[in-house]
Order: sequence, then C-alpha cells, then structure tokens
Amino acid sequence: MKMKKAIQLDDKDNVATVTDDVSKGEQVEVLSPMGEVILDAKPIEDIIFGHKLALRKLDKGEEIIKYGEVIGVALKPIAVGGWVHTHNVESGRLPTSELEAEK
Amino acid sequence: MNEFYGYERPDGGVGIRNHLLVIAPIDCSYEPARQVAAQVEGAVAVTQYLGCRADEMLVNALVGTGRNPNVAGILLFGLGCEVLTNDILMEGLRDTGKPIESIVIQEDGGTIQSMEKGVRALQSMAQEVGELRREAFPLSELTLAVECGGSDATSGLAANPAVGVAADRLIEEGGTVIFSEPQEMIGTQHILARRAVSESVAKDIYEMIEKQEKRLNAMGVDSRYMSKGNIDGGLTTIEEKSLGAIRKGGTKPIQGVLWNTWDRFDLPDEPGLYLQDGTGWDVPSVTHMVAAGAQVVCFTSGRGSTTGHAVAPVIKITGNPKTYGNLEDNIDINAGTILDGGESLNSVGRRIFYEMVSVTNGKKTKAEALGFKDYVVFGRSRAAERLLGHC
Repeated sequence: MKMKKAIQLDDKDNVATVTDDVSKGEQVEVLSPMGEVILDAKPIEDIIFGHKLALRKLDKGEEIIKYGEVIGVALKPIAVGGWVHTHNVESGRLPTSELEAEK
Repeated sequence: MNEFYGYERPDGGVGIRNHLLVIAPIDCSYEPARQVAAQVEGAVAVTQYLGCRADEMLVNALVGTGRNPNVAGILLFGLGCEVLTNDILMEGLRDTGKPIESIVIQEDGGTIQSMEKGVRALQSMAQEVGELRREAFPLSELTLAVECGGSDATSGLAANPAVGVAADRLIEEGGTVIFSEPQEMIGTQHILARRAVSESVAKDIYEMIEKQEKRLNAMGVDSRYMSKGNIDGGLTTIEEKSLGAIRKGGTKPIQGVLWNTWDRFDLPDEPGLYLQDGTGWDVPSVTHMVAAGAQVVCFTSGRGSTTGHAVAPVIKITGNPKTYGNLEDNIDINAGTILDGGESLNSVGRRIFYEMVSVTNGKKTKAEALGFKDYVVFGRSRAAERLLGHC
C-alpha cells in the first residue's frame, strides 16, 4: 500500500501539510519541495487532508513557519506529529482569541 | 529553451496571437459588434458594462486591451451618443501603428449598413493578418499574468507554488510576470515589501494593500477574516492563506506596483515581477493584467474553472486530481501529482513553463480550442475612493 504523504513547502518550515486524511500513529512520509522523502512522521492525533502536522517540537510562543515565512505563533507547546491549527496557533497579525471575542 | 515564435507589431511589441479586436465602447453597441465579429475569422468583440461614462479607468482597460501585442487589428464599433466615444479610444490606440477602423451606427447608415461596413473592414484586416509570419524572439519579450480562482486546499500546496516555479523561470530568462488580487495579499504586506527592489516600491506595496483593506472595511468586511471553509480546509491564519495565494507569483524581487487609477495605468517598464493594483474578481483581474501587456496567462483553480480570455491564451492548472478528472476537457495541467509524491514541485513547474512556451508558439489552450473568450472590465467608485481619501 502506498504510504500517505505530507508536504514541506520550504526547507525552513517546521510544519508539513498532509495530502490525505491521516490517523493517529499512522506512518506518514514527509516530502521536501524537491519531492524527496525527508523523514517519516507519526501523527499523534488524527489530521485531515490539507491540515498541518508539526515536524518538530514547538514551544509556546514559537513561530510557525510555512512557505519559509511566519504564519503564526504557537499558543501552547505542540509535540512532534501534533496537529497544528487554530486551537494551538494564532496569527501574529490577528490573535485568534481577539477574533473569537469579537464574535 | 530561451526563445518563442511571435508576431512583431509596428510598435515593437511581440504578439503570440493575431486577434482582430472589435471594441464596443458601450454595451449599447455590443450586440451588433458581437455579430460583426462572429462573421469574420479571428475577430472577437468586447465591451464594458459600467455605464455611459468616459471614466479613465474604463478607457485605460479598453485601450490597454487594444494595445496588447496579441491584437493585430482593431475595429471601434460605437453607437454615436455615448460619452466614451470611438475618438477617445482612437486617441489612445493610434500610435500603435496597428490597422484601426472606426464605425458609428448612428452616423454610418444605421444598424445593417454599419454592420456591413464593419464586416468588410474586418474581412480585409483578416486577409492581411493571414500573411504575417511568426519569427523567433527571446523569452524576455514575454509578459505572463498569473491568477487564481476557485481556490481549495490544494491551491496553496500544489498549483500556486508550481506556477510560481514557472514564473521564476520566465524571470530568469529575462521575462516579466504580473500578479494582482491585492485582497489576497492581506497579511503578507511585510513579506512582499521585503522583496521590493527599493524603499519606494516597498512603500507602494503597503499602500496598495492598505487601500484594499480600507475598501473592505468600508464595506463592513473584516479584512482579517477567514471563512469557515478556509479554516475547515486547514488554513490557520490569514498570513498562511495569503502566502498560498502569492506563491503563484514566484519568489523573485518585486520591481514595482502597477497602479490602476483614474490618473495612471502603469505598464511594466523593465523585466521582472510586478504587482497590479487590480481586483480579486477573476475575469476582470485577468482582463486588467492583459491590458497591462500580458500576452499569456496561467490560471490556477482548485475547484475548476472554464475561463479563457478574449485576447490572451489562458493556461489552466489545478492541484486537485479530482478536479482534473472532472474538468480535464478544460484544464490544461494537472499539478495534483505533487500531492502523492508522484512528481516534484519543480518538475510540475517545468511542465507548466514548457506548456506556456508551446502556447506562445501557437498551441491552443483548452479554453481557446473551445472558443471561450471571457472579457470583463472592472471599475471603482470614484465617490467611494474620494471618501476613503484614496484620490
């Protein structure tokens, strides 16, 4: 069976985007922008297609890098293989909490 | 691959198609204009639907389309009582040296007679155009417009970065790339500004995106907002969403902002990457980049699009394999091979680049082969822009 994949868009990125729904504990191959398998990751929770996986341990306050650029800041520590999204990351430009509070 | 085969125009531009453009300056004369164009091979009719006014932004878009090197000859087909007259357009087009004819229905014998005159004028242009031969030119003569529409989670992951690879390659060959949709740059102004070639270009980038945010805010839209669909699709922040969009423009330094206002309509003045002060609405966005001189367009779509353009071939690319399966009859490139590791980003980017060169050499895009000739001019409210302090 073909292994599921996640794509790292820039070699500076600390997250990769999964290109299929992946389950907790499942082996996922992380592809570099050149299309090479650079590492095997194990999601520690279910992550759906198009969502992000932490490639390494991220501390609270650490910048999340995708496309080689900062896309937000970790609100809490995120373990390797963790799901990286609005529950644990906020925009540097617009804190998610602020958006929630406005609603 | 560092050359393509095109048609040299009297003003030095190099076209990749020989369109005969019929411009109805007002929608009142569009129906006969459209039927005139339908009579003659290679002719296409366009108009604008923004009312009876000689608004400079409209004039710039229509004149820019006529000046595009893909246009070999022009027929102005007016009604007669419109504010935006054939003469105004003629003023902006005459110095191209292209064959131009002007017909006014109210002065040229009425509907049927003016249509007959129009068909005859186009017929003789079509015969002459048939004698033009393609010659080799360096890729530095090309301007590519990049656009996205109907984005999904694969757009920022596959199609946009792959088009970005092709855009970078064209710039390395000395060519020019334009991308627009300032609304989709919100949250990345600092990143784009960092890529500016000068302080003043950086300032322009901030200014263009901030103006767009002010327009959205004035409409009651929170420009920082992302839709539930965006978030469900995996986009966490506005920066991430915009980064996915701007990647279609590649990674090269930004030479300048092409302003699109009542006072100016900028064209790239040297090779490299430019941002256009345009719209996020697909077809008008393409129209205004083509009016700024783009001869060819790469259009990414996650959900799928049917779009072509009146005077520029539109190469469509999807990153979603399912969409490619559904719309293969009208999508030129499947970039979805990136997702399962079947192909690298660079390899798909190369495919897009080669396809673009083939299309410039005469290969028809799928939308062209189907005869799709989309054309929409967008405008801004001068009153609103004044109230926002933009002019």
